[in-house]
Formats: sequence, C-alpha cells, structure tokens
Amino acid sequence: MSGYDVEITSSDVTGSGAKEMILNFGPQHPSTHGVLRVVLNLHGEQVMNAECVVGYLHRGVEKIAESRNYHSFIPYTDRLDYMAGMSNNLAYVMTVEKLLEVQVPERAQYLRVICAELSRIAGHILCVGANALDLGAMTVLLYGFRDREMILDLFEILCGSRMTTNYMRIGGVSYDANDMFLQKCREFIDYFPKGLAEYEQLLNNNRIWLKRMKNVGKISAKDATSLGLGGPNLRASGVDRDLRRDEPYLVYDKMDFRVPLRESGDCYDRYIIRIWEMKESLKIIRQCLDQLPGGAFRAEDTKYCMPPRGKVKTDMESMIHHFKLVMHGMEPPKGEVYFGLESPKGELGCYLVSDGTGKPHRLKLRSPSFVNLESLNLMCKGGFIADVVAVIGSLDPVMGETDK
Amino acid sequence: MATLNIIDKIKKKFGDAVVETHSFRGDETVVVKKESIKEICIFLRDDKELNFNYLLDVCGVDYLPREPRFEVVYHLHSIGKKHRLRVKVRLADGEKIASVVDIWKTADWVERETYDMYGIEFEGHPDLKRIYMDEDWVGYPLRKDYPERGYKDEYQPFGEEE
Repeated sequence: MSGYDVEITSSDVTGSGAKEMILNFGPQHPSTHGVLRVVLNLHGEQVMNAECVVGYLHRGVEKIAESRNYHSFIPYTDRLDYMAGMSNNLAYVMTVEKLLEVQVPERAQYLRVICAELSRIAGHILCVGANALDLGAMTVLLYGFRDREMILDLFEILCGSRMTTNYMRIGGVSYDANDMFLQKCREFIDYFPKGLAEYEQLLNNNRIWLKRMKNVGKISAKDATSLGLGGPNLRASGVDRDLRRDEPYLVYDKMDFRVPLRESGDCYDRYIIRIWEMKESLKIIRQCLDQLPGGAFRAEDTKYCMPPRGKVKTDMESMIHHFKLVMHGMEPPKGEVYFGLESPKGELGCYLVSDGTGKPHRLKLRSPSFVNLESLNLMCKGGFIADVVAVIGSLDPVMGETDK
Repeated sequence: MATLNIIDKIKKKFGDAVVETHSFRGDETVVVKKESIKEICIFLRDDKELNFNYLLDVCGVDYLPREPRFEVVYHLHSIGKKHRLRVKVRLADGEKIASVVDIWKTADWVERETYDMYGIEFEGHPDLKRIYMDEDWVGYPLRKDYPERGYKDEYQPFGEEE
C-alpha cells in the first residue's frame, strides 16, 4: 500500500535475532486522517517508539493574521478545524470581543450555541465513522455521512456555505436564522437519536470493534493532564474538565446538560464519550430552540461591529460605518487577552496581543489537535502496529488545525 | 480562590523575581525574570492552593524594536481549582530560557514550535528541533523582520529579496 516506506536497520535490539525496523506511516496514508506522518520503530509487530512528524499542512495562519484586519481574519479560522468550522469561528470572534468588550445580543448567543453544538455533532460523527472505517467497519462512516449531510444542509440554509461557514461576526452572527432553519433543525434533533442508535447497534456489541478498541491506547489521568489532552480524550481518562460547564460562556449556564466521564482512558472510552456527547449536544440544541429569543442578531456597536449587509445598501449611516471599518479598520484598545472554549477536540484557545492598530500584533492559536497528538507516542508504545491506527482514529486529529 | 491572591502569593514567595504584574479583561499576568522561570513553574504546579496542573500553551511574541525583544508566554490552568494565569518572560535576541518539559509534558511540542517560529532556544529540552518548517529552513517565520511572503528563491518567485 502506498505510504509504507520500509527501512530495515541492522541493529538487533533484544539480542533475539529480531531486527528493529523503521516504518514510515504516512504522510499519504488513508488512516492517518490527513497528512500526519508517524515514524514507527518496530520490533516485530511491537511498537517501540512512534514519533509524529507534523507540519505538512502548515500555512502560517498566525503570520497571515498579523497582516489582516480583525474582521478579515474570520474566514481563515474555519479552515483550521474544517470538520467543525463554527467552533473555530467562535473562538476567534469571542477573543476579539473579549478585547473590545462588545456585548453580544442574546439571540446571537443562542444561535452561536446552536451552531457550535451542531458542528460538535458533525465533528464527532466523522471521528467515530472514520475510526470505524480504519478498523474495517465501513457502514458507520456511510451512515454517519448521511446524518452529517443534514447538518451541513442546515449550515447552508443559515449562511450559504456548508463547511467553511464564516458565520460568526464580531458582535454577533452574519445572518439571522429563518423559520426554515429552525424547523429543519428541530426535524434533525428529532431524527438524530435514531441515527445514533444505529451507530451504537453497529459498534457497541461488535466483537471486532471491542477487541480492537478496549484496553488499547490507554492513558492514565495523570499522564493525560500532564500531556494537556483535551476534550473527549481527557474525559475518557477520568479527568472532569469541560469549559462549557466550568467556565460557562455564551448561554451555556442556562443549559441543562451532563458532562460524560469514563475511567479507563482507552480507545473504546474515547469512542463512547463521543457518542454520549452527541446526545448531550442534542439536548442543548433543543433547549436553545425552545428558549430562542427575538431581537437583533448583531450588536449595534458601530465602532467595532460591521453593520448587517442589508442595512449597508439602504442606510447611509451604516454605509459610512461599513466603509470606515473596511478601509481604515477599527481601533481596538491596547492589551492582551486569552480566551478558550470547548471545541469538539478540546480547549481551543486564542491569545491575542493588540497594539492599538487595526491589525493584531500577535495571534496565537492553541489548537487542541496539536496538543492531543503529542500523547500518541505514549499511547502507542508497547502496543502492536495495528493499534496505531485505532489510536490515531480515537484521538481525532484534524491536520488543518494541527499544522495551522 | 480569587486570582489576585495568586499574584500576591507569587510576589510573597518570589519577591525579587517578579518584574511586573497586571490584569486586563480578567486575565492575570505575571512577568518574571528568566532565571527563575523554572523555580516559579514548579512552585505553581506543586503548591496545594495554586495547583496549576495543566499547561495550555507556550508561545513567543516579537516586540521589535523594543528591547528586550521577545516574550515567552505561558498559559496555565488548574483543572481542580478552575483558575488561570499567564506567566511571561522577557528575552533579548539570542538569550536562552530553561525548558519546562519536565514539569508539564505538554511543553515538548509547544516549545519546539516557539523555537521554530522565533528561534528562542529552550535549555534542557530533550529534542529541540523545528516542528512545522523543514529542518533546513533558514530564518524564523514569525519574527517581525521576516517578510510575510518569505524570501525569494527558485520556488518562491514572489518573495522578497534578501
């Protein structure tokens, strides 16, 4: 298969006559979920060391951010974790709002939560599906794509694009949700538990799945904390950390949901946590739809926020503000802020340094996939080569985000 | 525990090593001397009340033409106590700083990233090499004096002249 590049060295590690072999796994291998390369040191089938090599998708978005104004960097963010673009939009936009102290209208906050949770479901579906595909169960991915398509259709109704949504704006969102979106969203949350039940039926008692996932890629709570694992991967090791509950942002404090927790920290637990999280996300979306208030969908803070598109064409004032913000950029206060939110993969943080000009002085993205991949070596060491695929799948790395 | 107490506590313990503290939009920041970064980090992690067991990120910032030019920024979080802290160290070009890999394992890759992007060297790092750019890459891309389009060469006709 393409992607395997075998090199046999002459060193004899154990003295048993077996040779140590170095195997290049990736960067063009279907099971590395993108352009991840893992250099495996093998002794027979046992993995002695698994060193990740990243950077094949490095586009330098942090450098790009330094030459764009605050508004025009938003589209770059949904190209980071392209499986859950909405969360990325949100993390950046909320960091800028923290710097500017913009108050976001309540309707926009609810819409943001709905989008973030929908993209969490979309991300988790893909993770579970691709993980199963890697281990030979193709059906889950196909069922998953059927359901994910419904979420992408919802995004299309909302803002016109399916994956690179660019939906969030500083001070709110780009378009208001129409009745069609709200109705279809309700239809989706009514339907999706059935889809989830299908995945569970296919996997939970599947003997091959259990054998390949249980007690594979184990990591202890102590190691997981020290390695900075995030999101479902951390919670599968028994560390109870979810920013939606611990440091509630937007309207999460009004939502009633549980944070799933498992103890053993193996691949199976990471899978089961994701299934549970999707159920909790459905609960959150339902509550948001029930509570969704009316009103503005973007703050009317003309100093920092773009006026809505419709108004720019009909209202003189709005046109002037739009022109000023696009041509001159805004004048943010000087200072530095950090904001992190719970993305599907873990804490997605933005560290923003403003020097008072229209462009960020420095934007650092703390991408969860990058930090999660760091623990791959520890999880794979001592295991078998076939388990590497299961571990990568269960860690859910998205290379767009890892390589920035 | 209120964040103000964290800073008081650090000031009390390491009075001379704290250069500056400030708070902006609820983010508490301590600027410390580079010699004592490791000592302070061990204290922040092991102190029962502070218990910063989760290192979020290490990153560099370039403040050219200010002297000292660089800042290395550590974002810390405590999972149990649910508080955050930003620790900063100022460095001149060419100065080295102690690695915190043996305190938090997360630091391994993020320190490599900082080295890759800014050329800041971390002493005691087990394997300090570039992480995103090629091994033979010349220059440090996120420095302010590095052009956004890179330097001109055979693959990069639109880059800037060196």
